[in-house]
Amino acid sequence: MASVVIPTQIPARRPWAMHWRRVRRLPWLPILLLAPVVICGVLGSLIFPHDPTAIDLMSPRHPPGWMTGGSWSYPLGTDQFGRDLLSRLMEGARVALIVALSSVFLAALIGVTAGMVAGYYGGWIDNFIMRIADVVFAIPAILLIILIGGAVGGGFTTVLSSIVIVSWVLYARVVRGETLVLRERGFVALAKVANCSDMRILVRHILPNLMPTCIVLMTLQAGFALLIEAAITFIGLGIQPPATTWGLLISEGRPYMTTAWWIPTFAGAAITLTVLGTNLLGDWLQDRYDPRQRQM
Amino acid sequence: MLRYFFSRLRLAIITILGVSLIVFVTSRMSGDATLLLLPQDASEADIKAMQHDLGLDASYPVQYYRFVVNVAHGDFGQSLRYREPALGLVMSRLPATLELAFSAFILSTIVGLILGIISARRRSSWFDYGARIFSITAQSMPSFWVGIMLILVFAVELRWLPTSGAQGIQYLVLPVVTLALVPIASTLRITRSAMIETLDADYVKFLRVKGLAERYIVWKHAFRNALVPVIAISGLTLGFLIGGTVIIESVFAWPGLGNLMVEAIFTRDYPVIQAGVSVTSVFLIFLNLAVDLLFGVIDPRVRFG
Repeated sequence: MASVVIPTQIPARRPWAMHWRRVRRLPWLPILLLAPVVICGVLGSLIFPHDPTAIDLMSPRHPPGWMTGGSWSYPLGTDQFGRDLLSRLMEGARVALIVALSSVFLAALIGVTAGMVAGYYGGWIDNFIMRIADVVFAIPAILLIILIGGAVGGGFTTVLSSIVIVSWVLYARVVRGETLVLRERGFVALAKVANCSDMRILVRHILPNLMPTCIVLMTLQAGFALLIEAAITFIGLGIQPPATTWGLLISEGRPYMTTAWWIPTFAGAAITLTVLGTNLLGDWLQDRYDPRQRQM
Repeated sequence: MLRYFFSRLRLAIITILGVSLIVFVTSRMSGDATLLLLPQDASEADIKAMQHDLGLDASYPVQYYRFVVNVAHGDFGQSLRYREPALGLVMSRLPATLELAFSAFILSTIVGLILGIISARRRSSWFDYGARIFSITAQSMPSFWVGIMLILVFAVELRWLPTSGAQGIQYLVLPVVTLALVPIASTLRITRSAMIETLDADYVKFLRVKGLAERYIVWKHAFRNALVPVIAISGLTLGFLIGGTVIIESVFAWPGLGNLMVEAIFTRDYPVIQAGVSVTSVFLIFLNLAVDLLFGVIDPRVRFG
């Protein structure tokens, strides 16, 4: 009888143990780092402790709660106009989310299309696309952005298009390389025999095989987009006030850094932690879905 | 070798032409120069005359041709703010920028190589994990914020180093460390994976079997092979560093090209921006050409591959 009891016990425990193992294997550190940004970005003004634009001239540069002279109604202190820094950081999360997601998807769309076309067709179109990529690659990203931004002025559109212009190249190069290999594979030859159009081969047969690489690249590029946004804002070509971005908080807080160190410090920490989250997530995805390119 | 040289040279020239096209197109996007130069109540005839003087009434291909000819003669136009040739201004500021970039390059190569080799030899040790945490964090921080934080800690709080300026070697420390952080991380990663690969190679196993001392294996055999990818990306690293100085210089009030360009953005001094971008890009294209050629010499696989 005992031998009957034991097998019934094991299946009863197993699903739980397997679920637990699966849960434990999730990339918890990146999730913990990125969750606050996503929550603040999506919920927005519903969860701000204060109105991020409310100016309180009675308490400018109020230190954070734990310091002498600080109060817990402003946990991270206030900026030069007495606005609550925590609320402003939370509002910045929304812009960060918008900038990162939209620039990454646009750049991936352009870069992956260009890379697939270049790699699949070869010939003059390949040459043409890759020479453009060479030119974009030859000018340091920030100088290219200064060139464009200096001509058309700063703002959200400039930030978005600048990030897309400097980052599509990476997708194009990587995707071209992979397409060159994929187009020689048997399933592409079979698809040709089955009279599939080039469009169908590219979208239905080659693109799915590129997805793991693309997802890894997009994750890593999301962090890069935030760093570029901060840099563009710092040189005065970024999103303009009264909007709030983390980059803007650093530049605006910089003149007060000796008397109110918390303004630039926390804004930069928000960027660093978010980018760290996307970088760690990208590394994790790379290990899981693309072991060939494992670096470290 | 000669064929390799010429194919590289041809690519470099095409890239330079591409850069000139981008600079030209963006300059035409920056709006009508006549409206900036003339008073608001200028008559239609005055505007037409001005456009003719500036050559803006010609077709775009003709304008581009004239632009290239002018640039080839070193004429990027006058700086709107300083009233002197833009190219001269850029060239006078370039050495300070290169000083920062090359110092950071030397620092990051040495430190990155050393840390990468130690990481590879002590795989999965606390040192290796520490190096990994360092490199991923360094690559996640906005450079100008790192600069501000270093100023806060080492200049404002501890008073060990000056906050900004360029009057001596101690002024170089903070900006160079700020700049070198990211290249240190990337050099470390590349060195580590290249070292691991070579230390696992069959010929290295043979050297071990032969009984060769570990330090000979590491320094005479593995290290030389690990150096190859580091040299391969050195052109890219320098490009990154020169781009990085543009941002950093205004944090440390360093009198280089970056400061000039950021100033030019605020004063809408477009000729200076054009000259600055063109000069740095051409410089980097030639630098990459030199790296490619050097590579062809030291590694025959590149030349014939």
